[in-house]
Amino acid sequence: MDFGLSQDQQMLRDAVSRCLADNCPLDHVRECAEGEASFSDKVQSALNELGIAGMMVPEKHGGLGMTLLDAAVVAEQLGYAVAPVPFLSSHVLAPIALAQAGSEQQQSEWLPKIANGEARIGVAIAETIEARDGAGISAENGKLTGTALFALDFTGADAYLVADTAGRLHLVPADAAGLERRPLTTIDRTRSVGELRFEQVAVQPLADDGGAGAARLRDAGRVILAADSLGAGQAMIEKAVDYAGQREQFGRIIGSFQAVKHMCAEMAARHEPCRSLVWYAAHAFDAAPEEAALAACHAKSHTGEVYRFVARTSTEVHGGMGFTDLLGLHYWFKRIGFDRQVLGGPEAVRAEAAALQGWDRAA
Amino acid sequence: MDLEYGPEYDAFREELRSFLEKHGDRAPDGQGRAARPSSEAVEWQKLLIEHGYTARTIPKEYGGYGAQPDILQSRIIAEEFSRAGLPGGLSNQGISMLVPTLLELGSEEQKRRWIEPTLKGETVWCQGYSEPGAGSDLAALKTSAHVENGDFVINGQKIWTSTAKQSDMIFCLVRTEPDAPKHGGISYLIFSMDTPGIEVRPLKTMTGHAEFNETFFTDVRVPMDQIVGQRGQGWYVANATLGHERGMLGDPDALENRFQALVKLMQEERVGQGRAIDNPVLRDRLAALQAEVAAMKYNGMRILSDNLKGDPGGMAKLIVKLQSCELAHQISALAIDASGEMGILYHGSDREREGGAWQWNYMFQLGLIIGGGTAQIQKNIIAERGLDMPREPRLAKPAPAEQAAAVTARQKQGAA
Ligand SMILES: Cc1cc2nc3c(=O)[nH]c(=O)nc-3n(C[C@H](O)[C@H](O)[C@H](O)COP(=O)(O)OP(=O)(O)OC[C@H]3O[C@@H](n4cnc5c(N)ncnc54)[C@H](O)[C@@H]3O)c2cc1C
Repeated sequence: MDFGLSQDQQMLRDAVSRCLADNCPLDHVRECAEGEASFSDKVQSALNELGIAGMMVPEKHGGLGMTLLDAAVVAEQLGYAVAPVPFLSSHVLAPIALAQAGSEQQQSEWLPKIANGEARIGVAIAETIEARDGAGISAENGKLTGTALFALDFTGADAYLVADTAGRLHLVPADAAGLERRPLTTIDRTRSVGELRFEQVAVQPLADDGGAGAARLRDAGRVILAADSLGAGQAMIEKAVDYAGQREQFGRIIGSFQAVKHMCAEMAARHEPCRSLVWYAAHAFDAAPEEAALAACHAKSHTGEVYRFVARTSTEVHGGMGFTDLLGLHYWFKRIGFDRQVLGGPEAVRAEAAALQGWDRAA
Repeated sequence: MDLEYGPEYDAFREELRSFLEKHGDRAPDGQGRAARPSSEAVEWQKLLIEHGYTARTIPKEYGGYGAQPDILQSRIIAEEFSRAGLPGGLSNQGISMLVPTLLELGSEEQKRRWIEPTLKGETVWCQGYSEPGAGSDLAALKTSAHVENGDFVINGQKIWTSTAKQSDMIFCLVRTEPDAPKHGGISYLIFSMDTPGIEVRPLKTMTGHAEFNETFFTDVRVPMDQIVGQRGQGWYVANATLGHERGMLGDPDALENRFQALVKLMQEERVGQGRAIDNPVLRDRLAALQAEVAAMKYNGMRILSDNLKGDPGGMAKLIVKLQSCELAHQISALAIDASGEMGILYHGSDREREGGAWQWNYMFQLGLIIGGGTAQIQKNIIAERGLDMPREPRLAKPAPAEQAAAVTARQKQGAA
């Protein structure tokens, strides 16, 4: 047994980490987050050179055919660097969905373009978890009507994969007639989400798998969001420890106060097991499909709680400085806030975990 | 324990109700996040003072209503405003911190000059305490004031000065006695923000707004009579003020209002075919928070009663800032959770809940957990003053004389 990353995965992690250290310093994140464009072309093309765009695209369509654990390794680094790039939807969920249930024609049209970074696909499956504001999509005679909220990697997408109320996925080009797109702005300016409004829009459905495909996307998406928070949390802990080692009050380094040490130690103690939980959930997605959904629920809900704690605690260690924009600590704070709420907050996801195990039914 | 409101209180309540019915439409739309009260809010404030529904116990000669303190009347006022959904009297750093300090330690002239316009919302104050090197360790402050031709001449820098940009006046701690020990060399000055030599640079915070500022002083001249208390006594004057700040940050009525807004949100927020409040897990968290809010409300009533009997309030008072700020943060956290993905909408997004107020509150209240004495410092105070536990080793200790003065100041503060 070897519970850990393979040598290849460690190399992938290091390569992505170096690439982001070189191309995605905080100043650049700030520029993107404060500007209109939000996503960074520069960081995206640097990552594309490493093959990240096509990592989840099958080899026969020009990608690297990697696993979700590989993608989680990348997501962790993206979270660590609060990288303003599309990833979750465009480069993980969309290729998984198309490879799984796309027609020959959909696959050969989109997968190679995703792999070489030419095309991006947003994914809208929020309503398969919880419908807000009466949103939901009905499909009739190959046409969609209704609203899908929280389409991921929204801005600049060439097409969207949208789940209808039965959980079936449909592919729709961004410029389809009858489709109205409206951005939604969240606390996290390094991500892009939006709303899709359909009025009798002609779409191409993916294979009807009774909602299994959308369920797989939920699992994968939750693991990737958990991995993102894992990285963002790691960064916040490092920053807190670093700051506590430099800042002086009462003639002492604040890190020498037990109160401050304990804040840092508790963050570390709650953080460390998350790494294993996320790795396991990512591994299970490919290697143990019967456990994948539950493991994804665990990873998503538990990291949601742990990193909310880490985000506020690291801010507290920084005192007033943590509350300002000066150190940019809030970019990580908000990234974690986003990861927690998207694709189901902890309560919603735990309810699913219980249902998966039949705990919600009388014996 | 006697919580009966006698017949004279029923009359008081009736009077207040008819006042609110008659004048309620003159109330401003909430106090929002504005640093300066709107002209509507100022008019409302004046009306409330005139009828004794705010500044109730502040002497008439200083612009208050001049009533005897009466805890039941205060409760009735809070209850009825909350019931009517109308904003009560203004709360800001001038009203909540400076006014009580002047009442306690200001000269007669200072009281007459500053309390009234401050109460009326016409004069807005900021608090110049913290410096880059002096936050938790406030007594390490370096901003200096030396005497020249009958003026204090101030040089240095403050940071985290909330609303400095919008303020008319500042109450400020400066080092006037550079050779005295740390706590004994500080003076408490009040002066206009228009004084030449002051530069205010806004600091953007995590909320995306600039709730506070850096304030720079270069040869700022302030007449020597603009000192509150004696030279070198500023630390003790400030300690009295910090007590009032902690009272302001821990206001149980503010908690209650925020909690009611949360209940409303959860009743209105649709999830699928139901409402957020139908979810038993979220509802349980809501009910748990309600119990905590109630505990803090009654804790507040107990402190008020104790104070009226001349008892400083002890532990019940020491825990208020820590508990209330955390509770306020948790109320916002539940609002975000109950809103699901919609809970992260911000920056004026479509579909944003209540203008992004919950996210703003969630972040700002984390700021308040830090500001006005961090949670860790509050815990130290609870342990050391409340539980008489030994001080942390190797902490800079005030000299014995200062310690004695601190005890006196604390006793005074408790009696306020
Ligand atoms: C929203 C907000 C509004 C504010 N408004 C004002 C204002 O209007 N005017 C003003 O003057 N100031 C204001 N402040 C400043 C505030 O009072 C300080 O931020 C606060 O006292 C903490 O100081 P610091 O930021 O320097 O943090 P530090 O003192 O550097 O603290 C950093 C960390 O070390 C910990 N620490 C420090 N000493 C100890 C110890 N002895 N034991 C255990 N832990 C310790 C702290 O708890 C914290 O976690 C405001 C701050 C905020 C966040």
